[in-house]
Amino acid sequence: MRRIRHVKDMAARHFMLGIAIFTILFLLVMGFSLFFKALPIMKEKNLWVLLTSANWKPFKGDFGFLPYIISTLYVSLIAIIIALPFSILTSIFLNSYASKGVRRLFEPVVDLLSGIPPVIYGVWGTLTIVPLISNKIAPHFVDFSTGYTVLAGGIVLAIMIIPLLISIMLEVFRSIPSEMTDASLSMGATKWQTVKKVILRKSFPGIIAATVLALSRAFGETMAVLMVCGNIAQIPHSFFDACYPLPALIANNYGEMLSMPSYESALMFAAFLLFIIVVLFNGISRFTLNQIEKKYQFS
Amino acid sequence: MKFLEEKIFKMVMIGAAVIIMGVLIYILGTIFYKGLPSLTWEMISRIPGGGFYLGKEGGVLNAITGSVFIITGALIFSLLISVPLVMYINFYLPPKSILSGIIRFSLDILFGVPSIVYGAFGFALMVFIGIRASLLGGIITVAMLIMPIMMRSLDEIARLLPRDLPDALLSLGSTKYEMTKVLLRQLMPGLMTAILLAIGRGIGDAATVLFTAGYTDNIPTSLNQPAATLPLSIFFQLGSPVEEVQNRAYASAIILTVIILILSFSARYFSSKFLKNKS
Repeated sequence: MRRIRHVKDMAARHFMLGIAIFTILFLLVMGFSLFFKALPIMKEKNLWVLLTSANWKPFKGDFGFLPYIISTLYVSLIAIIIALPFSILTSIFLNSYASKGVRRLFEPVVDLLSGIPPVIYGVWGTLTIVPLISNKIAPHFVDFSTGYTVLAGGIVLAIMIIPLLISIMLEVFRSIPSEMTDASLSMGATKWQTVKKVILRKSFPGIIAATVLALSRAFGETMAVLMVCGNIAQIPHSFFDACYPLPALIANNYGEMLSMPSYESALMFAAFLLFIIVVLFNGISRFTLNQIEKKYQFS
Repeated sequence: MKFLEEKIFKMVMIGAAVIIMGVLIYILGTIFYKGLPSLTWEMISRIPGGGFYLGKEGGVLNAITGSVFIITGALIFSLLISVPLVMYINFYLPPKSILSGIIRFSLDILFGVPSIVYGAFGFALMVFIGIRASLLGGIITVAMLIMPIMMRSLDEIARLLPRDLPDALLSLGSTKYEMTKVLLRQLMPGLMTAILLAIGRGIGDAATVLFTAGYTDNIPTSLNQPAATLPLSIFFQLGSPVEEVQNRAYASAIILTVIILILSFSARYFSSKFLKNKS
């Protein structure tokens, strides 16, 4: 009887260790398989040409990813620029000013904003943001715009990354020892002065890390952006041009590429590119955030 | 002067918070306003009839059941892996072990991998093992997507468990495996939160199932048949030039939104219950 218990314990232990190793390896397996799928196109074309050529004619064998890369960067940067001030201000408000009741009221708001599926954001974007841009905003700047633009993608994306930014920033702010803010307040500084001189300065690395994390989330967002950004393979020259980010490229062309090996490989190259950038960005910012958390645990 | 600055910035901050809250209400309001007129019992209870995509009769039951099947399968898959893993890093490994640090770090990174990349990888994997776009393909890919979410939220709660409970169990002579079973019961509300969060993320994601689950107007009856999903159904209906079909896309969007609302509120209910037990 006793032996069975211990055999069970050992079996469970080995099974769990197996799963643990599998989890760590999974990231590598995913990276390598995407890499091998992308290898044919990287052999066929120079990597530099793939990344810097704007010539995209898959049926003639030209694969220049520049329009897609620029589009991804453009949309994501607009999203960050819009989302960052709102997120910082709201997190400061929730952390230093809001009463407990207001904070509890706001929790489900952040929950829901991060829980709403991308498709719903896309539907909402096509119903509200796209016509708004086409009818109200764009006419002030350009002759004509369909509304399916870089700006529409950026706005929708901004709303989608706000909950991520807020929840990470709240954690970062919470990691600042209250002795520091108390000291500042007792010296006669106002709350805002304390926020400006103590909290924001202390949490600067954390805010940067949160921004990088949100940026990498923005790079990979597919459905919502695809639905509002127009999907025209061109290098966008203004806010009111249509664009075509990398994830949308993969999503839109998957079905038809199977007949052409180099096309499939090119799309896998896009996925690999996204994977590498996101893993890199995530790695750096998670590492920074972990460091911050550790410092807080010891103080 | 400094008090004036204080006042101005406080106003700006409240403004920002109010705008964010307003946007949420605006999103929900728009979806319900546009979708409610087309939301009928037929939408929920019937599969697409002939000419559905031209505005004729039918509903999106195919997509609802497809989504439910896929998420159920994915949930079982990921529970089988997540629960042992979280137990292992929290109760088997020593508190500050390097291995658990590495695992948590890779979970953080996996959590950030975009769903379209999971979709592409899932598709490559399916080609490799030779299955076509099907229910099974969707289940595997969605399981990969929700696993890190589930592990991370379960881990967060497991870490809060008082350390004297495992010590007490061990000192009574139980093996670690027996201890884990008892602790798991303690973690039940946390596990519920993790499950609900994972369902919410998995059921709403379109990019993972786009090439792995396929699409069909019927209810799948076996694992190797293609399966429709709610987000894709919304996407395809919205792409139609026919107005009735577009309106049905809005109605389907309500169905998905209501599911998410229920999941999100119950997740919060369970996590607050767990925290109440703690203090």
